[in-house]
Amino acid sequence: MKRRDFLKKGINAGIIAGTTMSIGSYGKIFGSPVVNPEGPYDMVAIKGGEPDFMFDRAIESLGGMKEYVKQGQSVVVKPNIGWDAVPERAANTNPKLVARIIEHCFDAGAKDVFVFDNTCDEWTKTYQNSGIEKAVKDAGGKIVPGNSEKYYREIEIPDGKKLKNAKVHELILDSDVFINVPVLKSHSSTRLTIAMKNLMGIVWDRMFWHRNDLHQCIADCASICKPDLNIVDAYNVMMENGPRGVSIDDVVAMKQQLISTDIVAIDAAATKLVDLEPNEINYIVFADEMGIGNRNLKELSINRIIV
Amino acid sequence: MKFRHLRTIRIIISLLLLIISTFLFLDFNDFFSTEFISGFFYLQFIPSVLNFITTFSIAASGFIIVIITIVLFGRVYCSTICPLGILQDVIIYLSNKIRKRKFVFLKARNFLRYSIMIASVGLAVFGSMVLINLLDPYSNFGRIVSNLIRPVYYGVNNLLAGIFESFNNYYFFTVEVKDSDLLTIIFTAIFLVTLIFLASTRGRIFCNTICPLGSLMGLISKISIFKIKIDEKACISCRKCEFVCKAGCIDTKNKTIDFSRCINCFDCFSACNLNGISYKLSLKESKKNNSELSDKSRRKIISGATLGLLGLPFILKAKSGILPEKLTKVVEQKTTQVCPPGSNGLNHFTEFCIACQLCVSNCPTKVLQPSFLEYGLKGIMQPKMDFYTSFCNFECVKCSEICPTGAILPIELENKKLTQIGIAHFIKENCIVYTENTDCGACSEHCPTKAVDMIPYGNNLRIPEVDSEICIGCGACEYACPTKPYKAIFVDGNALHLKIEKTKQKSSGKKVDYKEEFPF
Repeated sequence: MKRRDFLKKGINAGIIAGTTMSIGSYGKIFGSPVVNPEGPYDMVAIKGGEPDFMFDRAIESLGGMKEYVKQGQSVVVKPNIGWDAVPERAANTNPKLVARIIEHCFDAGAKDVFVFDNTCDEWTKTYQNSGIEKAVKDAGGKIVPGNSEKYYREIEIPDGKKLKNAKVHELILDSDVFINVPVLKSHSSTRLTIAMKNLMGIVWDRMFWHRNDLHQCIADCASICKPDLNIVDAYNVMMENGPRGVSIDDVVAMKQQLISTDIVAIDAAATKLVDLEPNEINYIVFADEMGIGNRNLKELSINRIIV
Repeated sequence: MKFRHLRTIRIIISLLLLIISTFLFLDFNDFFSTEFISGFFYLQFIPSVLNFITTFSIAASGFIIVIITIVLFGRVYCSTICPLGILQDVIIYLSNKIRKRKFVFLKARNFLRYSIMIASVGLAVFGSMVLINLLDPYSNFGRIVSNLIRPVYYGVNNLLAGIFESFNNYYFFTVEVKDSDLLTIIFTAIFLVTLIFLASTRGRIFCNTICPLGSLMGLISKISIFKIKIDEKACISCRKCEFVCKAGCIDTKNKTIDFSRCINCFDCFSACNLNGISYKLSLKESKKNNSELSDKSRRKIISGATLGLLGLPFILKAKSGILPEKLTKVVEQKTTQVCPPGSNGLNHFTEFCIACQLCVSNCPTKVLQPSFLEYGLKGIMQPKMDFYTSFCNFECVKCSEICPTGAILPIELENKKLTQIGIAHFIKENCIVYTENTDCGACSEHCPTKAVDMIPYGNNLRIPEVDSEICIGCGACEYACPTKPYKAIFVDGNALHLKIEKTKQKSSGKKVDYKEEFPF
């Protein structure tokens, strides 16, 4: 009944974890040295392979999943499972990538790996047709509902400018490790949806964000719910008509992937992949100015792998 | 003696049917395929008749089979197929457990029952489903399960989900009861309480006095080839059969049975120790049966029907303008109720829907909600699409596959995606982008055809714009719009559904060089 214990620790645990994260420097969360001789890297960018293969290579160059997941820990993996659309439409995170991440977590000794999203379309159909439900189950993970307010607990956001508190999914608050796995997509209101925007799926009331300066709320949420690892799926990329997309014609096979502990840096890098500038995306600018991460890619040590 | 097993067979079939019917109105897990659901209700009489009129297909011929069985053996339907009939039998059985009652012969209320029947049919012919929707047994059964039992079912499920989830098991999951029309629930509850009272005190009096279908079948059963009769020689007037007759149609004093009210439950076969009651060939007697209807009652029927029809124009007139003046003139001027894809439009839908709420129970997104008078009296309790609660899933045609009456006709998914059931209207004055000067775009995010797109609005902002040419009226934009209390975008229904052009989209054709260096 370990999870029950976590529940008792409740909000405080989540807040403390989150705050510790925001103070500590990225990339060295668990303090262990990175074995890679060229490292440690702030970010890995890889292109030219299949999603699962690219993840193997990229995580290896960061010292493997054991840098992030310790024996017996519980892990929550949060892909983008927003829309009732088949994987080819790239409206959701690639299921192959999600499955491979879960496998790495278990190899690193994870006790449980949970996967959920607060979907936009009807959630059972979305879980199913995105291919993610099956991928998670096959990889031994637990696919968990996000469809009811009862799963969400209120937390304070001390650094939030517009978003002062939010109801966050209990798995984010209670799990030992939080891995954020967004898909890079065009977005009708924020231009792009990447890692920070993916955090909209861990809260219950998204509509509040829409009413109260969307960009600022996205940055505010990232100030407290900082993932331990971000993996951006840019294998198939919806270039227009996002975030839902109209047809497969929206999609370009870019075959790329980014991994970083810095949620701002990874969003900035992903922005450049689709020929936009980080300064054009307000929430990236806001988050950088709040000190959540670094949008200046020149200051980062990036491992660039071309397969 | 040889007919005794009929009762057992009847009980087994009817209970099985009742359990499955109930489940089909409760399930939220796609346990049965849509083919099974639509096949299962094949024999339901009124749905089948309406489905036959709307589709002219063999798949809708169930009512013909029912008529044949009536012509052969009488109203076997009422005790074996009709879910409300079976439900009453269960109520009678349970109330007998609490307090044993003896049924006695009741006089036929011919004037009342045939008046109701003629008025129901008459109104339906003139396009008002009001009496059918209020009185049809299948429809009422559906509402009882959907409105009264389903919330309890969901509640038990959610309780289980909570318990299992505390052990990190997610086999069960929470379902929200999103649909609840208070008036429909109240009506259904009143109906059920009345039904329980009537059934436990007077047996199947609903079926023989109020139910328009029961009356119609009673008429048909007058020409049944085989009828249940008392063997006058064997009968010792012990009244055992009369005491068990839920329909109150056995007159042991005169040793006759009013077969037009007999619901073929076969309880009397089992009650009689002397084989004094059984099926008999009944060809010669038709003449005598006809004369049972005296001139007096005939006149009553005709005058009753005339009265019913006289009321018709008033009831039709009561059809109000679809949504009443609930909304202010500045915002959300909805003129036409939105009805689901496949229903072709308001007229077809309201004329063929019997408000059984099978679609409401089964709608995955729960965009289908019971209405009360939103369609006017003629469409009482028919489902509406409520975009404040949810929106129509782009990839779903479930309601069209299971609708038993053809009010929602089967529609191919590709075709549904091009069917315009309504059009989105943008109210700039309500929009976050206009009022707050910040990005929002929730409407455009949810739009499956990008009929709602975001266009530049200065200050690096973008504001919605609706292309009604490619809008299908699914309501996703209205649902997603975060403004309160009125939305900045809403869907107004098309009285007649239209087709949109298939959007011709060209692939961006962007070539990616996988060996090219990263742009950072």
